[in-house]
Amino acid sequence: MLAVLLMACMAGYLTLGARGNWDFVLPFRGNKLVALVIVAVAISTATVLFQTITHNRILTPAIMGFDALYVLILTVQIYALGAQEYVRLSQSGQFIANVVLMLIAALALFGTLLSKTRNDLMRMVLTGIIIAVLLRAVTGFLQRVIDPSEYAVVQVASFARFARIEVELLAVAAVMTCSALAVTWRMRHRLDVLALGETAAINLGETPKRSMFQILVVIAVLVSVSTALVGPMGFLGLLVVSLAHLVTPTASHATLLLSAALISALTLVGGQFVLERVLGMSTPLIVVIDVIGGVVFLILLLKRKYR
Amino acid sequence: MIEISGVSYRIGGARILDGINLTLPKGGISALIGPNGAGKSTLLSLIARLMPHQTGTITVDNLVVGACPNNTFARKLAILPQASDAAPLLSVRELVGFGRYPYHKGRPSAEDHAKVERALATFGLTDLAARRLDTLSGGQRQRAQVAMTYAQDTDYILLDEPLNNLDIAASRSLMRVLRDLAASQGRTIVIVLHDINYAAAYADLIVAMKGGRIVATGTPDDIVTEAVVREVFETDPKIHRIDGKVIIEV
Ligand SMILES: Nc1ncnc2c1ncn2[C@@H]1O[C@H](COP(=O)(O)OP(=O)(O)OP(=O)(O)O)[C@@H](O)[C@H]1O
Ligand SMILES: [Mg+2]
Repeated sequence: MLAVLLMACMAGYLTLGARGNWDFVLPFRGNKLVALVIVAVAISTATVLFQTITHNRILTPAIMGFDALYVLILTVQIYALGAQEYVRLSQSGQFIANVVLMLIAALALFGTLLSKTRNDLMRMVLTGIIIAVLLRAVTGFLQRVIDPSEYAVVQVASFARFARIEVELLAVAAVMTCSALAVTWRMRHRLDVLALGETAAINLGETPKRSMFQILVVIAVLVSVSTALVGPMGFLGLLVVSLAHLVTPTASHATLLLSAALISALTLVGGQFVLERVLGMSTPLIVVIDVIGGVVFLILLLKRKYR
Repeated sequence: MIEISGVSYRIGGARILDGINLTLPKGGISALIGPNGAGKSTLLSLIARLMPHQTGTITVDNLVVGACPNNTFARKLAILPQASDAAPLLSVRELVGFGRYPYHKGRPSAEDHAKVERALATFGLTDLAARRLDTLSGGQRQRAQVAMTYAQDTDYILLDEPLNNLDIAASRSLMRVLRDLAASQGRTIVIVLHDINYAAAYADLIVAMKGGRIVATGTPDDIVTEAVVREVFETDPKIHRIDGKVIIEV
């Protein structure tokens, strides 16, 4: 049923309200649609994975500052190289370099954080949120230090913007996302076991510590892809995965990953469709998502539905 | 055979286990008794590689704990921890089904399904099989956990206070199942018990621990005496022998 709804939204998005030449409109919108779907699935999957390794329902990579880390890496590069140098680099090459840097930084930072606080959820939440704030503060500071024209480059590179999606990146992003998704899908049964908790997982022959690092790598790739394409997506992950838990209350990751991906794609494509075509693009979608997602976050916290 | 030699364990500065040397024979039921905080759960966790051990070596048959692949070990030895936080979303059948995971890795065969049904039947869970864990009583949940450990179908089964929350019928039935597994299939059961009457009635070997050390090992007749109980638990109940059975006063 979700799939049908999504199809309808996609078709609507592609065709409705188009003026002028179809040969131009379809590829143009098609590219945007592909990007939206990639971002949607990347974020929902990264969030499900993250919630599984941290055994809770309120933390997401975005809340813990994964995308803030990506933006910081970007800003540092522009700061170090200068904007002119930076824009001259090939976009795909630069993107792959960013992902590699992101992998190293995320493993170092979040790997240690999660190992140290895995038995203490509240400490993990607090440390994570503080890290996210810290990363954003450092980024903000650097952006203020660099000159305005360079700042414009950072801004272009790091805000949630579905209106302008860089098409050159799309192919690289699609390949990386698909590999990450394939890896995730192959471990769906292992994820079910890891979700049982550390002792149960060890007893059943899994290796939770090693798996945690493997999964962090996948998360870092997915977050890099979505951030590179459209910028930080705030509460989207939390929102769609909470919805998925409501729609399909199950412990099976096969089901959860699928339903979260569908809901996420539906939210982004549908939301963008409504905003762009029906309401005429008055507010950016991310603002709406963040408001609703923020409220969900508070409700989850207040209702103590951590797990 | 489980061989433990020179195993000590510290957390921070505290000595939790202090130079444990112990051989548990293959086949039969070995009961671990001792006061709260004696280190029973810690010892069991180390044998089951739930925590890495710090000194000494532990071997289970020919497998060296910590050095052998995790999945191989999961088909040799299963543990029921003292407190297990099972995912509440699972149904009883799904939880018990996870016991087969080391064999099928997510793709259960007909044989795996049959073994799950057998485990459910053995612990009187067939009627509850479709219920979600968070709708069960404490004792029913405990039985589901025990059934999962049973479904793992390993030569070695470690149980940390499995009688917690169980009524007398469920307790006796579990102990009989264990005795049957040990006697007819040669399984090795290591079980932590607080009720010494159960240990005396069902165990082939009793190991008494206190303060991170092993203070006595022997048959129920040797261990369940007023002298040993006074030394281990620092309390002095009367012990009666009726028809050759040992009954400890409560
Ligand atoms: N994480 C920890 N930090 C500090 N001390 C600990 C920790 N875990 C266990 N201990 C201590 O180790 C000792 C042994 O604990 P263990 O759980 O093995 O006891 P036990 O014999 O199983 O007791 P019980 O009968 O109450 O289950 C206890 O004194 C306990 O306080
Ligand atoms: Mg214990």
